[in-house]
Amino acid sequence: MSETWIILGATSSMARAFIRDLAQQGARLLLAGRDMADLGALAQDCRLRGAAAAEAIAFDARKPKGFGAIIDRVAQFDGTLNAAVFVGSMPDQAEIDADPGLIDGTITDSFTGPARFLQMLAPVMEARGKGVIVGVGSVAGDRGRIGNYVYGAAKAGFATYLSGLRNRMGRKGVHVMTVKPGPVDTAMTWGLGRMPFMTDPETVSRDILKGVRKRRNVVYTAGIWRIVMAVIRSIPEPIFKKLSV
Amino acid sequence: MRWKSADYTGWGRALGATGQLARPERQSALTALVADAPAPAIGNCRSYGDACLNDGGNAIDMTRLDRFVEFDADSGVLHVEAGITLGEIARIMAPRGWLPAVMPGTGFATVGGAIANDVHGKNHHGAGSFGQHVQAITLVGPKGARRITLKSDPGLFRATVGGLGQTGVIVSAEMQLARCKGDIVTLTERRVANLDEFLGLLDRSEATYTVGWVDATARGDALGRGILEEAETGAGLVPPTRPSKSVPFNAPGFALSAPVVKLFNAAYLRRVPERGRTVVKPINEFFFPLDRIHNWNRLYGKRGFHQFQCVVPLAEAAALKEMLMRISDAGMASPLAVLKRMGPGRAGYMSFPMEGYTLAVDFRNRDAATRLIGQLEDLTAQAGGRIYLAKDSLSGAARVRAMYPEYEKWATEVARADPKGALATDLVRRLGLRDKA
Repeated sequence: MSETWIILGATSSMARAFIRDLAQQGARLLLAGRDMADLGALAQDCRLRGAAAAEAIAFDARKPKGFGAIIDRVAQFDGTLNAAVFVGSMPDQAEIDADPGLIDGTITDSFTGPARFLQMLAPVMEARGKGVIVGVGSVAGDRGRIGNYVYGAAKAGFATYLSGLRNRMGRKGVHVMTVKPGPVDTAMTWGLGRMPFMTDPETVSRDILKGVRKRRNVVYTAGIWRIVMAVIRSIPEPIFKKLSV
Repeated sequence: MRWKSADYTGWGRALGATGQLARPERQSALTALVADAPAPAIGNCRSYGDACLNDGGNAIDMTRLDRFVEFDADSGVLHVEAGITLGEIARIMAPRGWLPAVMPGTGFATVGGAIANDVHGKNHHGAGSFGQHVQAITLVGPKGARRITLKSDPGLFRATVGGLGQTGVIVSAEMQLARCKGDIVTLTERRVANLDEFLGLLDRSEATYTVGWVDATARGDALGRGILEEAETGAGLVPPTRPSKSVPFNAPGFALSAPVVKLFNAAYLRRVPERGRTVVKPINEFFFPLDRIHNWNRLYGKRGFHQFQCVVPLAEAAALKEMLMRISDAGMASPLAVLKRMGPGRAGYMSFPMEGYTLAVDFRNRDAATRLIGQLEDLTAQAGGRIYLAKDSLSGAARVRAMYPEYEKWATEVARADPKGALATDLVRRLGLRDKA
């Protein structure tokens, strides 16, 4: 397989499982994130698992000045280019209530940072006329809830952005897929208590790969969340505003 | 690092713990964690008793530190993080012609756990224990990381291999893999009429991988009857393993009652034709037969089970016969009973193996089983054998010290490596292994 994947937020638990599956398929991998030591270890892990190539590259959603260099590096690879975005941050809602300034960072990490990057990458991928963009949102973006509405708002914004990008890129042969995980057993959710329909990073990865193969537009993982969120979205606002779901 | 309150158990589910777990995903997080709050490391909790438990305290879940670090394709030396499972290593490396030199009965065991219990496999008579193939271990303590080898720190190395995690958190290991021809095995199965024939066949077997399944319900002339399995790895094409099934809930008590087990065992024996047979299988089906049924430990009901495993010297076959007689007379055995001849190979002060015969039997957790296991331990002690701490959930301090002649050396190294006892586990406390003698 002479496919290249650029992964944003490659050190996240979910990304790591996905990257390993790609490595085993023999993909070329560009692993982007902030923790260079961990990215280096991950790249080496991928090479030993079968990746044709794996290199670590610095990416910080809050430092768009660095985006250009990454795009240039991506463009040097020939063949099919693909991108997957796993970045995001989820401060506790109570922390945000105490320090509203945290909103900016949350929106940048989960929405505007990756959107700006994809906007820069779009022409490169359009020119190739093929490839896939996987954007990881969250079920939290499907409706604003008392528990984490800032994170939800960022993910909702990102989902809307992806929907528009899909509309644009689809005309040029590039497929854009939105992934909406429910709770996943990652470092982010560790110790936050029992959560309904929790799944693990390996399952999310399998669902993403299956979605890519079938050219799905929006994938929920675990699949039950499509139904759960349909129900939650259908609750009339006068009732919903009194609930704490 | 966030901590999670959790109830967790050993694989036998007879013993459990409540405590705080951390699960670092990066080396930097682990180092910071250990510097701040050292705690015992646990992997996939495949030890049966309480070796992986710290009730009322903290533990570090290592399963997300599971990366390949380095592989030398010429020498076959593999460096991995300690949380990777042996099944995963086999899955990735076997198609390239390499396997872990020693593989225990479950592929879910992590490398860290395999070292801390110096595990053995179906090739112990030839290849020795897991720790004998480990060339270097990186331990993390409050003062940071330290790479040790048998040469650089002989005492500490021997106290770490088979050392129940008491010398520091094992974060990575470099080990010699073994060449294999491919990812299938050629397996020859034959019926064995009784214990004497069994021991004779085990003594004469020249296969790389050998293990015996025993029908522990058989009595009289058939005492110790079973199936001998002998296997070699090879290259070939077989259908991949079907997706594993799962036991969704605790089975009721009668699921493994005496008449059910008797019927099952008789049928299981007849599965193999009278004249024996040779079959070809994917390696994982041979090495990790029970991994195909997730949570099979639930078959023993919510009270769980105990596994008794001992090894007795070659000359003590009579003790083995006595044990099997007591087990079949009591009518308490489960279908899982395994007999194997071990070589002398062991790598640590507290390693289980010794040259002799090892017998492992599962018992549903009930008072009568506890008493029976006590008797089996007596017989083991009288025969000059020992019990396996990775399986133990019932034994006592005096007995275990007597069975492990190098205990004092281990205790000295451990006291130096972890003077405050921050790494103590329930097993270590139950057996008083960290108490001053």
